[in-house]
Amino acid sequence: MQSEEIYKKFPKNEASNMIAMLQDIQGIHGYLPEDDIIRVARHLGVPTSRVYGVATFYNQFRLTPLGKHVIRVCRGTACHVKGSLDILQILETELGISAGETTKDLQFTIETVACIGACSIAPVIVIDDKYYGGLTSKSVYKLIKEYTKKD
Amino acid sequence: MNTFKEILSKKVPAEKFVEVIGGKYDASKAGITPDNILEMKSIISMENAEKPVVLVGMGTCGLANGAQAVYDMFVQELKKYEIDAVLSKVGCVGFCAEEVIVDVKVPGFPRISYKRVTPANVDTIIERTIVNKEPVIQKALGKYTDADPSIWPEIPLLKDISFFKLQEKVVLENCGVIDPENIDQYLARGGYQALSSVLSDKSPLDVIEDTKKAGLRGRGGGGFLSGKKWEFAYNVESDQKYLICNADEGDPGAFMDRAVLEGDPHRVVEGMAIAAYAIGASKGYVYCRAEYPLAIARLEKTIADAMDYGLLGKNILNSGFSFELKIKKGAGAFVCGEETALIHSIEGKRGMPRPRPPFPAVSGLFGKPTIINNVETLANVPVIFSKGADWYSSIGTASSKGTKIFALSGKVVNTGLVEVPMGTTIRQVIFDCGGGVADNKNFKAVQIGGPSGGALPEQFLDTEIDYENLKKIGAMMGSGGLVVMDESTCMVDLAKYFMQFITSESCGKCIPCREGTKRLLEILERITKSYREEETEIDSLMRFQGMLYLERLADVIKDTSLCGLGQTAANPVISTLRYFRDEYEAHLYDRTCPSKACRQMLTYTINEDKCIGCTLCATRCPVNAISGERKEVHFIDQEACTHCGQCELNCRFDAIIAE
Repeated sequence: MQSEEIYKKFPKNEASNMIAMLQDIQGIHGYLPEDDIIRVARHLGVPTSRVYGVATFYNQFRLTPLGKHVIRVCRGTACHVKGSLDILQILETELGISAGETTKDLQFTIETVACIGACSIAPVIVIDDKYYGGLTSKSVYKLIKEYTKKD
Repeated sequence: MNTFKEILSKKVPAEKFVEVIGGKYDASKAGITPDNILEMKSIISMENAEKPVVLVGMGTCGLANGAQAVYDMFVQELKKYEIDAVLSKVGCVGFCAEEVIVDVKVPGFPRISYKRVTPANVDTIIERTIVNKEPVIQKALGKYTDADPSIWPEIPLLKDISFFKLQEKVVLENCGVIDPENIDQYLARGGYQALSSVLSDKSPLDVIEDTKKAGLRGRGGGGFLSGKKWEFAYNVESDQKYLICNADEGDPGAFMDRAVLEGDPHRVVEGMAIAAYAIGASKGYVYCRAEYPLAIARLEKTIADAMDYGLLGKNILNSGFSFELKIKKGAGAFVCGEETALIHSIEGKRGMPRPRPPFPAVSGLFGKPTIINNVETLANVPVIFSKGADWYSSIGTASSKGTKIFALSGKVVNTGLVEVPMGTTIRQVIFDCGGGVADNKNFKAVQIGGPSGGALPEQFLDTEIDYENLKKIGAMMGSGGLVVMDESTCMVDLAKYFMQFITSESCGKCIPCREGTKRLLEILERITKSYREEETEIDSLMRFQGMLYLERLADVIKDTSLCGLGQTAANPVISTLRYFRDEYEAHLYDRTCPSKACRQMLTYTINEDKCIGCTLCATRCPVNAISGERKEVHFIDQEACTHCGQCELNCRFDAIIAE
């Protein structure tokens, strides 16, 4: 879908569609560009501050571009008691970034998620919509290697 | 094979549609006899399958364990063997620990479940079971009761194995059994019969009365009587009312709603239609979290199919009742599970709660009367009307009726979903269904009800689960997450973890929750910090002072917060403090972590007898605190060490001592 189609798809001045619109825009760019936030506000007839407020309230929205591979680390309770903090720390030290950041070469982004809902196979991480469950520190190193080799 | 719709659509009046499928209406004038239908039903529901059927469990947990590769292998191998079989994708049967689960049904033989199937097993399963009609014993989990149980006597019945034995599948009846994307299979197993009987025989008030009589209580946390809630909205006059299904399962450690939406979405839609009829709503929303892409995709197909069959939309089954259903995707905010916050989110605003009253039942979405029910609550509705309110209220305890689904996770052998009657004890769920604590460790606690619930020690294991009993001992039903913890989990660390979660999820509207939880977290961080980092005596004083305030602060947050999230935010601290005070004291006075989970408090050294000098720890150490020559014993510089524990995690020779 192109940006233009999104603005055509959603009727003007119906602010209840704001979240759906922002989700679609993020679907194209991977994040919410500043220009689009302003344009959404005009399209829906609300102040820009309200769009910005929504964009920063919800965990899903990002205001900076994403890396090529997005690593989502589940930090749910089941994952926590099975050591997801260790896994997050390994990813952070190996890639040299903190959660929420993107590597300089735009290859990897690490994000944390409250719960992916795959608690039975904890600890879980999701790389580019592929689920990896039952991880150990060893298998995480292997995974990182796999993904860095791919490129 | 023709679908129900093709056969029925042209020849049978819409209002008789579901009756015909139920084999209750003679449409022989239209060329359809009950016998035709019953035969077709048994084929579709696989009881009398005409050709072999292979069903691969492809819920999120199955997919994470490689179900897609198994499915692809079946496509390839079935072609190679030139077998004409039906291959379908089903939801999760609940036994996540044994995924990938594949069911095979050969005509005339019982349906058999295979566990932990890998692509390498596919060839054997096809050859042995489909071609030679014999089970693969070492891979078998159990068999269904759809054929003579004396066939394949060496395979146990699925309902007899320990994981399923205590379970009573009411809501999860179809999960993992039918293809969730095939509306015909849901219809063949009695789906939409409840809706049609409600629309033809009952007034909205009857529906409310029956639901009250059944004793159905909200499964999302509060446990309010659903029938009563509907009555509030029924009594309000309005030109427009809304019904919302709360599928924003943000509670970490719970995944029953996901499983129901992925495994049996039609049940939820049917329940919604009945509830909407009761309150007089013509529009509905499913508010589903964006983290569940598969559930959303299946819901979209489900709604489209139901519209297509005339079971949703305008003038359903010629009854004059219309119900239009839309999906709204959440955007990742735990607080949106709260009713008024959820309404704000659907309206396109920040998901912040507002004071009640007015309650949503009076003034909710866009200022109109709105009822919000959780997925599991709505999935319970159809069965109340297909089997009767009396049947429903015969299950459970005096105050809590029906069954409850628990998501069993953490340090337990059989992780997965269990549906047990209310009144089952916690011990039965964890040790009988769950198979006990994993890795032969000792049970320490179980966290019930997610961040709003509490951690319970061993002495409460024999508590019968119902809403009141759990509240009495300082936990709550919540959505039903059971996270089992063993001796290696530190309860102070757990409380800290929940506070981190709450501080990042607090919406920031009211001060007790926004500031109070932050202070709680700071106190817990001080307790679990290394004494080496305490620079002055003030730091040490602050640590003790914080501890004194911990309980009082927790009570203030509980009493003064605006919404349910804030009012229950301190529960993990209160319950761990109540039952695991000794662990807090060990951290505070002895400066040690008995479970060795709080890394900051540990000292890392290298065991000279075990270290072979592989240099791995030195390369992994983020602060270069480890030195040593290759093939010689290494050494950790305690001054530089930041206690991150990377060396211990990485050492392959157990040479790192942490104490």
